Amino acid sequence: MADNKGVMIYGEMVDGKLSSITTELLGGGRRLADELKEDLVCILVGDKVGEAPKKAISYGADKVYIVEDSLLKDYQTDSYVAVMEKAVKETNPRVLLFGQTAVGRDLSPRLAFRLGTALSMDCLELGIDPATKLLQETRPVYGGNARATFCSELMPQMVTVRQKAMSPLEPNEAKKGEVVSIKAELDPAKIKTKVLDTVKEEVAGVKLEDASVIVAGGRGIGGPDGFKQLEELAKILKAAVGASRPPSDNKWVPESWQIGLTGKIVTPEVYIAVAISGASQHLAGCSGAKNIIAINKDPEANIFKEARFGVVGDWKQVLPTFTQKVKELLAG
Amino acid sequence: MPLNMIVCCKQILDPEAPPASFKIDPSTNKVIPPPGVPPVVSPFDEQAVEAALRIKDAQGGKITVLSLGNNMLRDVVKKPLSMGADELILLEDEAFEGGDSWSIAFALATAIKKIGEFDIIFCGRQAADWDAGQVGSGIAEILGIPSVTVAKKVEVADGKAKVERIITDGYQVIEVTLPALVTVSNELGEARYATLKGIMAASKKQPVVWKPADIGLDASKIGAAGRRTKLLKLFQPVKEGKCEIVEADTPADAGSKLAARLREAKLI
Repeated sequence: MADNKGVMIYGEMVDGKLSSITTELLGGGRRLADELKEDLVCILVGDKVGEAPKKAISYGADKVYIVEDSLLKDYQTDSYVAVMEKAVKETNPRVLLFGQTAVGRDLSPRLAFRLGTALSMDCLELGIDPATKLLQETRPVYGGNARATFCSELMPQMVTVRQKAMSPLEPNEAKKGEVVSIKAELDPAKIKTKVLDTVKEEVAGVKLEDASVIVAGGRGIGGPDGFKQLEELAKILKAAVGASRPPSDNKWVPESWQIGLTGKIVTPEVYIAVAISGASQHLAGCSGAKNIIAINKDPEANIFKEARFGVVGDWKQVLPTFTQKVKELLAG
Repeated sequence: MPLNMIVCCKQILDPEAPPASFKIDPSTNKVIPPPGVPPVVSPFDEQAVEAALRIKDAQGGKITVLSLGNNMLRDVVKKPLSMGADELILLEDEAFEGGDSWSIAFALATAIKKIGEFDIIFCGRQAADWDAGQVGSGIAEILGIPSVTVAKKVEVADGKAKVERIITDGYQVIEVTLPALVTVSNELGEARYATLKGIMAASKKQPVVWKPADIGLDASKIGAAGRRTKLLKLFQPVKEGKCEIVEADTPADAGSKLAARLREAKLI
C-alpha cells in the first residue's frame, strides 16, 4: 500500500476565481495539515485555472496541482472523476476534502467508489485522533436531528464539508508555494454525458448567501400571495427572501429560495422565520444564523427552540403591524 | 422498445415525526423508533418512483422497485406498487442490517446485475435518515454506467435521457446515453398518491424476496460486515432554547412590540 501523506483540497473556481468554499477548506485544511505535521495541497481542475493557484497559496496551500484541458471546461462526472482518480493515484494524499457543492456532492461519491475508499458527506467538524492519526468526521444525520462521527482506515480519507463550516485564513500574498501540472490524458469516448444548457435563475436584490438579514416563509404562508408581504418587509430591511421546503416544492417561490438540508445554507445576522415550524431539515440550513426571530401560531413549534425572540400568533395578523413598525423605526 | 426502469427505495423512520419524539440510545448508537409512528418509504425515493411513473405515463415501460433491509413492513414497501410500479423485489435478510453506503450500494448493484435488463435506474438523492447521498453514484460506479445526480426533471428519447440537474442558483440540462442512473431531488415535485385501484392491485402482488445467497452475495461484503466506515458516535446536538416570547393583548400589538424589541436589541 502506498504511503499516504498530506491534506488535499479539491479547489473550485467561480468565474475564474477561487470560490469561497475553497478558501474555507484551505483554512480548515491548514489546521489539519499542521496537526499532522504534513503539507496542505490544493488541486485545481478546469480548462484554464488562471490566477487561482497563486490565490490558493496565499490562503494557505503549500503546493498546488493543476489539471488543465479543454475537455474540462464544464464539470462532467465522467471526465472529472477520471482526472481526479489519476491525480489521487499519482499524489497519494492522506486526506481529501471537497466542498458540499453541486460539484463536490456529485464528484466525491463516485470517486470514492472508484478508489475503493470511504467518504463522509456534508461534514460540519473535522478532527484528528492523536493516537491513530485518523480523521474524525462529524456530520448531520436524520435531517439534522442528530450528528454522527465517522472514521475510516481506508486511504485517502475523503469528506465533503458544508459551506461556512470552516473559516478562511487571512490571505498572505507573500507566501511561496510550488505549482505542479498534472496531465489530464482524457479519453473523450469515456464521457457519456453532454451539457446541453446551463440555466441560471436571476436573483433580484440581495443574494441569500450574502444577506445579513433574511425574511423566510414556510408552509403556513399558504401560497404565493403571502410571500408578497414577506418581500415588502424584506425591501424595508434590505433583506433577502427565503423559504422552507414546502413553499418551494409547491412552486409558490423559485427553487433557488429554498433554505435547508436540500437547499441553501445561510448564516445571516438576523433570520426572520414566518410561519415556519422548524423541521430539522429546514434548521439544517438556517441554524447558523446569529439571531432567529420566529412568528408562528403554534406555541409548541420547534422553531421557538432555536429562536432568540418570538411571537406566538397568526402571521397574517402579526406581520402587517410588525412591518409597519419596522418601517417607522427605520425612517425615524 | 418499452423501457425497463429500476427504482431503489428504502424504508426509513418517518422523517416528518415530531422532532421532540427523536431519541437516541447511546449504548447502541442507534435511533429509538418513535412509538406509534410507522416507517415510510424515504420521500426522495418516492419522488424517484414518481420520475419513473412520469416516463411510464408518457411512453410506457416497466418499473421494478428494489428495496433492501430486514423485516420490512409489506404495507410500507408496497407503496410504490400502489402508485403504479409493476414489480417489487426485496433484498431481505438480517445480514443486510447495519450497512453503510458501500455495502448497500454493492448489494443493490449485485441485485441489479441479476435483474439484468435495464435502461435507467432511479434513486433518491439521499435517504432521509442517514442523508449520506452516496448509494446512487456508488451503484452506477459498480455497474460502470454514467450517473446524473440531483435531478428535477427526466425525459427519455432515442436511447438517451435528458436530465435537468440542480446547480447553485439554477439548473443544467444534461444529455446522457442509456443505460444510466439518475438520482432525484425534491424539486421534481410531489409524488402522486396511491389510488384505491392501485392499492387493490398492489395487495394482490407478492414481492419477490432474495436472500444474499440467491444473488451470490458473500456475507463479508454486506451489512455491518461490509462497512468501510466506522460509526464512532451518534448524538443529539445540545440546544439552548432561550426564546424571549413577546406578548401583547392582540397579535397585531405583538407585531409592533416585536419590532420595537428588535430595535432595542439593535438587531434592526
